[in-house]
Amino acid sequence: MGLRKVAVVGAGMTKFVRRAQETGKELAYEAAKMALDSCELTLDDVDGVALGTAPDAFDGVHMKGEYLSDGAGAWRKPFMRSYVGGGTGVFAPIQGWYHVASGLFDVCLVVCEEKMSSCQPHPQGAFLTIFDHTTERPLGPNLLWIFALEMNRYMQTYGLQKKDIALVSVKNKRNAADHPCALLGDPNITVEDVLKSEVLAWPVQRLDVSPVTDGAVALVLAAENVAKRITDKPVWIKGVGWSLDTAYWTNRDLYYPKYVEYAARMAYEMAGIREPRKEIHIVEPYDPFDYKELHHLEGLLLADKGEAPRLTAEGVTARTGNMPVCPSGGLLGVGNPIAAAGLMKVAEIFWQLRGEAGKRQVPGKPITGLAQAWGDLMQVGTVIILGIGG
Amino acid sequence: MTAKIKEFPGVGLRESDFTERKVLFTEWKPDARYAWDAGVAIGRYLAELKEGRIIGVRCHHCRRTVVPPRIFCEWCFRPMDEWVYLEDHGVVNTFSICYVQWDMERLEEPLIPAVIEIAGASKGVGILHLLGEVDPREVKIGMKVKAVWKPAAERIGAITDIRYFKPIN
Amino acid sequence: MALLEKVDKNIEARAWQGEIPIQSRYTCGLAGEKFFREIMENGRFAGTHCAECEYTYVPPTIYCERCFAKLDEWVEVGPEGTVQSFTVLLVAPDGTPLEEPDILALIQLDGADSVLVHRLGKVGLDELAIGMRVKAVFKPKKEREGSILDIVHFVPVNA
Repeated sequence: MGLRKVAVVGAGMTKFVRRAQETGKELAYEAAKMALDSCELTLDDVDGVALGTAPDAFDGVHMKGEYLSDGAGAWRKPFMRSYVGGGTGVFAPIQGWYHVASGLFDVCLVVCEEKMSSCQPHPQGAFLTIFDHTTERPLGPNLLWIFALEMNRYMQTYGLQKKDIALVSVKNKRNAADHPCALLGDPNITVEDVLKSEVLAWPVQRLDVSPVTDGAVALVLAAENVAKRITDKPVWIKGVGWSLDTAYWTNRDLYYPKYVEYAARMAYEMAGIREPRKEIHIVEPYDPFDYKELHHLEGLLLADKGEAPRLTAEGVTARTGNMPVCPSGGLLGVGNPIAAAGLMKVAEIFWQLRGEAGKRQVPGKPITGLAQAWGDLMQVGTVIILGIGG
Repeated sequence: MTAKIKEFPGVGLRESDFTERKVLFTEWKPDARYAWDAGVAIGRYLAELKEGRIIGVRCHHCRRTVVPPRIFCEWCFRPMDEWVYLEDHGVVNTFSICYVQWDMERLEEPLIPAVIEIAGASKGVGILHLLGEVDPREVKIGMKVKAVWKPAAERIGAITDIRYFKPIN
Repeated sequence: MALLEKVDKNIEARAWQGEIPIQSRYTCGLAGEKFFREIMENGRFAGTHCAECEYTYVPPTIYCERCFAKLDEWVEVGPEGTVQSFTVLLVAPDGTPLEEPDILALIQLDGADSVLVHRLGKVGLDELAIGMRVKAVFKPKKEREGSILDIVHFVPVNA
């Protein structure tokens, strides 16, 4: 396609916290500065900035992208904000990728920030406007409905039990106990704890879902010639893909995320991956709810339909399993500052492939990893594949 | 990541840091009121609900009938071909039993939201609504349900002109 | 269908009324916390200084947007400053006439490179001039709550 090779060369993140004292700009700065420092670059080296952040209503700042721009390192630089719901955190580095792959920039800083705690009494006040204002909102929905409806449909289709799905929450919260930025790490949590937690919207219980979080994450992307000067461990972006399904979510069968499959197929094709289950060594699928990790593994073609729970039960997806899934701890464990949570997954693949994930490091020297995010009305799939070598 | 960084940035606050005013903050309540135009398709949908009818639209090219109605087929991107009256009953496609409202306050009585496949629409095509007159423990996917309408005099042309759907029998 | 069916009588057009039920609670942030506490407790202005860029930020930031250095050098600025620009508001945001004109100004505090937005008071409209010297008037200490409104307004230095 005449595209240049693009590498991730640096990453940074803040702690994920329930309520940050820092302003959104300050969070963005901390992550962006750490990312630049990690590869010994300065703002002068940055040609452009790609920013991802969720609706303005969360931070309560209209034109939040412009507001955050100086904290994201965009002073007097080309700057662009993208937003595709929860899929944003993986879309922002895709946007950064095409800025560099196209030849437009040599170095692009990618920053994702979210300060959901600003939104009172609960960010759902803004979230629930995803439901149609005329035909759905008069029924008094809350955001959990759509997840509960999808989860029930998924469970019914394959005859799954709550305990099959709770294993994901347990795995991820335990993994997060080794993440220095995690909000919800718990080395001792059990399936019983999840099954006994408060029922919010059956089948969704308190510990099935990741909570409101503040935080920021940043990556530095560089073109091949620059990346090789900066680091001897560039992590290449091998493939990207994204896809949106219709907003008429009640007209589709929610048991399977077709849009994730389309996004994955696009990314696999670009990466030259023919057998994803053999060629993808480590996966960070989007897990704002525990069933979502399973749903997405199936959409990514990394598990047969309805088989992801079995892989989880057999330990295949454990950090020490054959296909580690959410070794970071995911959204269920690290936290869920929407766009930042998605980019955290990409950063985790970066650290894992470089062997820099500390206590979370998966064994076996993985060389290819995949991060995926999801968003909107069961609608958006964004996928990125990273690899070392080649 | 951990070797180089001793302490990651980010100062986590407690709710009490705000209530006890240990940190400085400001508050603002926007006056975010809207009048969303119903548009052609939903305008007709609401008008028919007022008459106690559910209307959908049909795309001849894709051979499907959908609800809520829209003026275009998002599959083939042509204008829809015709209006079609649907039945006011259907089948539960999926449901939840919800114990909290949007601000996470507990509800006294749970709500049962459901996607209901409307008879007369293509298979798998449904709308979001509520179930009523049913024990939450009795609700099943695949259950047949029908609309319970408000009396004609109370209907205003809104999705809530249907109070809820209840099991048939 | 799209072309054939149009709403051609106004009475048939309808809109669905609703609101987005949100309110915002903004922390002042790490830099803002120091800035507003200094106003609240000491009636003074604190800025941050970037030695590399020779630039002093007021309101302060924890980073220099120019070179991205972390800023931890705090300097006192003001309370006097120079009007860089001003405007006289005669109508409220809803369009109704104001009884008293509202004068907003960009004020560069002495020692600062950035400017602060605030009100001017105790000044006749014919006295207003870019370049005029002004000073901050703070609320009595017990009424201050760590907000930009702890500053009542700026008035001419020789008023």
